[in-house]
Amino acid sequence: MSSSKSASKSTESKKNKKLSSSRVEMKNVSKAYGETWDSEEVLQNISVDFPAGELTVIVGPSGCGKSTLVNLLAGFERPDEGEVSVDGQLVTGPAQDRMVVFQETALIPWQTTLENVTFGPKMRGDKKGSSLDQEAKELLVKVGLGEFIHKFPLQLSGGMQRRAELARALINEPTVMIMDEPFRGLDAMSRSLMQEFFLELFEENKKTNIFVTSEIDEAIFLADNLVILSNKPTTVQTVIKIDLPRPRNYKMLTSAKAFKYRKKAMELLHGEAMKSFAISK
Amino acid sequence: MSAVGNFLKNTTTRRGVAAIVCFVIIWHIGAMFDDWTGVDILGIGLVPPPSDVFAAFLGVIPKVGYWMSWVSSFSRVLTGFLVAMIIGIPFGLLLAVNKYFRGVFFPPFEILRPIPPLAWVPASLIFWPTNEMSIAFVTFLGAFFTIVINVLGGARSIDISYLRAAQSMGASQMDLFWKIVLPGTLPSIFTGAAVGMGITWEVVLAAEMISGGGTQGGGGLGFFIWNSYMGGSLEQIVVGMISIGIAGYICSSTIRKIGYFFMPWRRLF
Repeated sequence: MSSSKSASKSTESKKNKKLSSSRVEMKNVSKAYGETWDSEEVLQNISVDFPAGELTVIVGPSGCGKSTLVNLLAGFERPDEGEVSVDGQLVTGPAQDRMVVFQETALIPWQTTLENVTFGPKMRGDKKGSSLDQEAKELLVKVGLGEFIHKFPLQLSGGMQRRAELARALINEPTVMIMDEPFRGLDAMSRSLMQEFFLELFEENKKTNIFVTSEIDEAIFLADNLVILSNKPTTVQTVIKIDLPRPRNYKMLTSAKAFKYRKKAMELLHGEAMKSFAISK
Repeated sequence: MSAVGNFLKNTTTRRGVAAIVCFVIIWHIGAMFDDWTGVDILGIGLVPPPSDVFAAFLGVIPKVGYWMSWVSSFSRVLTGFLVAMIIGIPFGLLLAVNKYFRGVFFPPFEILRPIPPLAWVPASLIFWPTNEMSIAFVTFLGAFFTIVINVLGGARSIDISYLRAAQSMGASQMDLFWKIVLPGTLPSIFTGAAVGMGITWEVVLAAEMISGGGTQGGGGLGFFIWNSYMGGSLEQIVVGMISIGIAGYICSSTIRKIGYFFMPWRRLF
């Protein structure tokens, strides 16, 4: 009796782990590149709160340091000042609780789709053998790649590669997903399909999501919170709460509310873009 | 018959065969031009026609000495090449992954690299006890620098996002090396091997011509050509040249086959 109870408890906790998400905080973060006498400040005093289980989209003019922000959140780089923390724990390096989906595909070309997906758990040795393969296959079926598990990344289309990458991230059971312009370079059709697919996944799992993009429509369609960055040195200009109902669909983008968000974001971003244009002139 | 038929069904092989046939025809026309017209264009008339070369080929095929030339050139090339691979690949990888190692060894490497392998011939003839060893050493140098520079370049140009992705999934330094850096460098290793193999053939031939057919360390296809030159047999010179061409082709296609086997993800293009 008691053993069955504890068993059910452990499966429950496992389930919880899968569904759990963390709160991410950036506090007064600054980052500069180059030698001290000739350094360029990329991020200046950035403070953002990424609430647990919400999808926060970061938009900003191109070249404003969005990728640097991602590198700091992922732990690939350390801030010069300030700190990044996950559930109050200081970030000191990359770890499996924060999975990144990169701008261009980062699927490993010499591994098949299945090998790519099982790569993380295999290396850490925390899941093994046929049960791992089974889990990976289920995930790949879920992202619509059931027929392609033994293909190499170069044999997949752009949209398929991104979905494989989502599966590879999800199998590590992260509590935070960091997406660095993941749909850039896809054609308009696959892009909108990927957005819908991604939203479905998010609305199902409710993992904390940090999504970087330069497309305003994409941002409003996906976001709970919209963080608009200002130009170099980059800092947070405004955070807009996107109050559209979930589950979302494309029709909502044509609603009056969405239009208002769009107008506001456009104005803010346009101002920033003009500034950078003036600087470069 | 059906095997030949199948062989010729493949468009690529058909093209290849046709190209070689065309080449031989042009060669024949060039060689016979002065006999037909009485006009000699820049000594092209001295080139033996393919039929004479073919006859000379048939002449040397039964001779043991000719095949011994193959064996000695091949063994020199393989020795130099394999030693260069065995030392060059780890050396190049170390240069790529360790900045201290790079700081110490890259500058002297870069000073030695521009010295053509043949410039080492006189010095190595003096320093090494036997001719054979000095030829092997020079051959080794020919392949070594090319292999190292390719391995280094290949390993350094691996997309950083692969490393980052692996790191965030919990890869150790060892995992990064064996699962990312090494397979990521394989294409460059094979490029380096193919180019290095070409250079070893160049170097071996030149070294054989220089060291001559002395009592020790003589022979080889280079010496075969040189000997034919001394004996005034134009046809045999060309036989020697074509032999080297075939030998080089065997080597490079073997490298390609091995590469094909080890890099299944590159079979797609």
